[in-house]
Amino acid sequence: MKLSSYVIKRLLYSIFVLLGLSIVIFIIARVVPGDPARLALGPRAPQFAVDALREEMHLDKSLPVQYFYWIKGVATGDLGKSLITKRNVVEDIAEFLPATLELVLVSALFVIVFSIFFGALAARYKDTWVDSFIRVMAYTGVAVPSFVLAVIFLLLFGYIWPIIPVLGRLSAGIQPPPTITGLITIDSLLTGQLDVFFDALKHLILPALALAVGPLFQEARIVRSAMTENMGKDYLAAAVGFGMPDHVITGKYLLKPSLIPAVSVMGLDIASLMSNAFLVEVIFNWPGISRYGMEAMLRKDLNAISAVIIVFGLIFVLVNILVDLIVAYLDPRIRLGGRSS
Amino acid sequence: MIVNKNDSILNIKDLHVHYRTYDGFAKVLDGVNLWVGKGEKVGLVGEAGCGKTTTMRTVLRILPENAVVPKGEIFYHGEDILKMKPQKLNKVRTQGISMIFQEPAAALNPVFTIGTQMFDVIRYSDSGKGRSKEEIKELAVKAIGEVYIPDPERILNSYPGQLSGGMKQRICIAMAIVTERELLIADEPGTSLDVTILDQVHRLLRGLVEKKGMSLIMITHSLGVAREMTDRIYVMYAGNIVETAETKELFKNPLHPYTLGLLESVPRLTGGGVAEGIYGRIPDYFSPPKGCRFHPRCRLSEEKCREEKPLLKDVGDGHQVACFKVQGVI
Ligand SMILES: Nc1ncnc2c1ncn2[C@@H]1O[C@H](COP(=O)(O)OP(=O)(O)OP(=O)(O)O)[C@@H](O)[C@H]1O
Ligand SMILES: [Mg+2]
Repeated sequence: MKLSSYVIKRLLYSIFVLLGLSIVIFIIARVVPGDPARLALGPRAPQFAVDALREEMHLDKSLPVQYFYWIKGVATGDLGKSLITKRNVVEDIAEFLPATLELVLVSALFVIVFSIFFGALAARYKDTWVDSFIRVMAYTGVAVPSFVLAVIFLLLFGYIWPIIPVLGRLSAGIQPPPTITGLITIDSLLTGQLDVFFDALKHLILPALALAVGPLFQEARIVRSAMTENMGKDYLAAAVGFGMPDHVITGKYLLKPSLIPAVSVMGLDIASLMSNAFLVEVIFNWPGISRYGMEAMLRKDLNAISAVIIVFGLIFVLVNILVDLIVAYLDPRIRLGGRSS
Repeated sequence: MIVNKNDSILNIKDLHVHYRTYDGFAKVLDGVNLWVGKGEKVGLVGEAGCGKTTTMRTVLRILPENAVVPKGEIFYHGEDILKMKPQKLNKVRTQGISMIFQEPAAALNPVFTIGTQMFDVIRYSDSGKGRSKEEIKELAVKAIGEVYIPDPERILNSYPGQLSGGMKQRICIAMAIVTERELLIADEPGTSLDVTILDQVHRLLRGLVEKKGMSLIMITHSLGVAREMTDRIYVMYAGNIVETAETKELFKNPLHPYTLGLLESVPRLTGGGVAEGIYGRIPDYFSPPKGCRFHPRCRLSEEKCREEKPLLKDVGDGHQVACFKVQGVI
């Protein structure tokens, strides 16, 4: 199968996934009790005003018709107005999403880099204290949710040992760079403001770490077990027997096949990063979309809730396509669907 | 070709190898003695699990990590491989000895193209060092031609999974001969192939070794294959060499009861494990039999065989056998 047709197939498939997701979101958003129009206008608003808003929001129509209006809007990039911010939801998302993306990207980077590093280390020093340490960290990572870690970081670095900022995206005196991508680190680099870049980076470290630690050590364990398993393979013994240097054997012939299982799982990790971001953003006062979504949920801001979930769904689907592509790139057996081996 | 033992390029002496497992130590190799002369083709014959692969992996020091070598020496041009510093050992691997693995499908890395793997074999070999990309590719193409695979360009861009078993086997051979080596170890090349292709592969191998003047250790289940391919044969049983002689001599005058048993199964081309001529199975390596490891299966065994381990003794003209009965001790 050609890579391009593989991608097209995946994309078509994703459209169905997203459509399904949209129906589920829509239904959930509508069945939760409480009248959104009433919530928006407050308890003291006159009934006729509420009714008027209901009509404007198509809430008086049947559910399928409501869905039709809504999905038509989604397809044309119109996600409706937020009841809270009174702005188009699309504008809100454009404002809040980059902060979350930046956070999740940095923590994904932590996960990728350190999981390979620690995984390789654990494989290299198998059955020593290094290996045990990483194993314990992996168990701890599973047991301690990221928001607990976030609170610990906040206490530790906010009060006891304040060497690194714990709140927000930038320090008080620092002017954010002009918005290009919305990611402050990138925008500040693009405009050559190194001081802003480093300040933004410092603010990113703790929340990104709080998110990354759990998946990081689990990934490291996957890398480790794949590596130790592949170390016993004939093809590795053959490479050693041909006298290839250590860095070629480990960094090339061992690493590539061992990364495949880890990368496959990473798509799911990204999902957990994004959902964990909800609480972590609240704790670190991070002005991201998760916090926006939380607020929308508490206030039953239907359009905002649906939009946030759709955006998350879209990101998740795209990330997983990307992950599949990387796996297909790494593993010709998947790409070419060749003879079994 | 008759080579004096003193001119050997490889000389394995009293090699012991054990595997550490959850059930304890599997004491697999129990004092293997084997030497190979320059330009000589020797066969190593024995049934499945007798330790042929283990012996050869020890030579290149590519044993699995649960293996231990409690005793023994492997002299390569007079120097013990087991005691070599990394640099010396690297010389052995990059210019001295190359090995064809038993399972070609497992010996090729599934996620790299044949080209990538082959180029690295050349690049890091002694005679390939410092060559340009073009030269390296030229060598690879030439080697692929030498194993009679058409369309080398396509092969170089293929992944192992895209090739048939026979092609993979040939590629493994090509990799082992693509740069100069003095000794080629061929571990059962072709067990996974059907009989006609197997035959081609054997002939191919023999032709290449003769053309390049390499020494060969040919590992096989089958005395029949060894007869076709080799000048001298080692018969191995349960981690011991029990008999060695020039190929003609061995067939004319086989001495060890195990060799006799094997010979009864010679017409079979593909070694399927236990020969019909011998009753029973290879012993349990966790608690191997005392004395001669073959005695539980031997028709001739006596008290002494159960108590004492027979060593290889010369019975004339380089014909050696490890059996009290044959040595006339009993
Ligand atoms: N890594 C290992 N751990 C434990 N035991 C092992 C290991 N590798 C091999 N063995 C055992 O050592 C014995 C000899 O194995 P070896 O592969 O050397 O035999 P062989 O003569 O090459 O057999 P075959 O003809 O099947 O290839 C077998 O009993 C095998 O089970
Ligand atoms: Mg074997």
